[in-house]
Amino acid sequence: MEKKLKVAALCNGTVIDHIPSDKMFKVVSILHLESSLNQITLANNLESAKIGSKGIIKISDRAFAEDETNKIALIAPNAKINIIRDFQVVEKRPLSLPNEIREIVQCTNPNCITNNQPVMTRFHVLKHDGEIMLKCHYCEREVKREDAKIK
Amino acid sequence: MGLESELSHIMSNNSLVSISDYSKEEILSILDSAAKFEANPNRKTLDGKVIATLFFEPSTRTRLSFETAVIRLGGSIIGFSDAATSSSAKGETLNDTIHMVSCYADAIVMRHPLEGAARYAAEVSPVPIINAGDGANQHPSQTLLDLYSILKTQGTLENLTICLVGDLKYGRTVHSLIMAMSHFNPTFKFIAPDELKMPDEYKLFCRKKNIPFTEVNELNENFNDADILYMTRVQKERFQDLMEYERVKNVYTLKNDMLAHSKPNLRILHPLPRVTEIDPDVDGNEKAYYFRQAQNGLYIRQAIVSKVLGLNP
Repeated sequence: MEKKLKVAALCNGTVIDHIPSDKMFKVVSILHLESSLNQITLANNLESAKIGSKGIIKISDRAFAEDETNKIALIAPNAKINIIRDFQVVEKRPLSLPNEIREIVQCTNPNCITNNQPVMTRFHVLKHDGEIMLKCHYCEREVKREDAKIK
Repeated sequence: MGLESELSHIMSNNSLVSISDYSKEEILSILDSAAKFEANPNRKTLDGKVIATLFFEPSTRTRLSFETAVIRLGGSIIGFSDAATSSSAKGETLNDTIHMVSCYADAIVMRHPLEGAARYAAEVSPVPIINAGDGANQHPSQTLLDLYSILKTQGTLENLTICLVGDLKYGRTVHSLIMAMSHFNPTFKFIAPDELKMPDEYKLFCRKKNIPFTEVNELNENFNDADILYMTRVQKERFQDLMEYERVKNVYTLKNDMLAHSKPNLRILHPLPRVTEIDPDVDGNEKAYYFRQAQNGLYIRQAIVSKVLGLNP
């Protein structure tokens, strides 16, 4: 009952659940929800058996393209995306990092062209010995996923 | 598709940004072409062509050798050798400069202090871009002239033992050389002080490609089994502890008597300029190849300019 009060049911739209609490507002930023006109319910610091403390975002009447939701995999790889229609979960969408990430990550190299001229950032997603790295398309510097600087 | 091949496929206009843009076959083709230019460097194959050399930061050897390459092929040069005299000093973006220059030139040779500038220029330019150095990132014409020098002195690129000495941490030439030589089954020995050790990502690259390598701290005569001794400058500004620099700079000075037990076919390369890392007493040794290496840059750059313009040697 208490849970229902905190996160009211959604008729149609998208639910992003199991976001680590410290990443909640990053997800809001990545999806540009601050400028969205849809009804949005945010809840944070909820108890979670799996990750201790979690956030949840419900966006009414909006479906995201897969390449949009996949951006979330960069900072919250274990978040869950549910697509809702008529109060029913019609799709549980797994997150997977795209091969290329545009715009949302800032290069850590201060001497990179993207930090000095109006150039959109592009990163290639690479796996080295199981570790996920982002390689700047321009200056070729690599950074671990967890060290990536989100704009 | 791996990143390297992916990058090579997105180059839409024949640009040369990074040595990884070229396959093994393309590298060999460039070296073959350079040999033809060496045999006959004065031709008129670029007659009527205009090549822009945009040097947003100063360079002596690279700019002069590119310009000589073009002039000896009958082409004309426009450009600048100092960003202060260009419109970038007024705040023009690289995008605008490239679009403007491409209205006049058939290809653009560019050096820029920002890393990634050449890749970006190649994306926005309607004419081919040749990267003549983008910050500390890539300098592919240097790598190709290094390969040409190795091929000329050893008769092959296959199965060679190459010692890389000095600043292996920041030196872009050694990083690119590792990537280019990875096609030819090399064995590497990395000789550097701890402060300037080869970064892990290049050691990982070698392991992935099954390229054997060893690391040592002292130069001494640790290159006696080498075919190529590739020296680089140990730069004072890289050290936090200047005492350490003073210690290291002498340890990494190659002297003529250290070559006594080296292989007869050993040749010493250096991208130049050198400071203290090769004693002048080495210059007279037949194994010193660094000045002829610089001369090879002319033929390689003739080959590169011709390739990006789709011209055969």
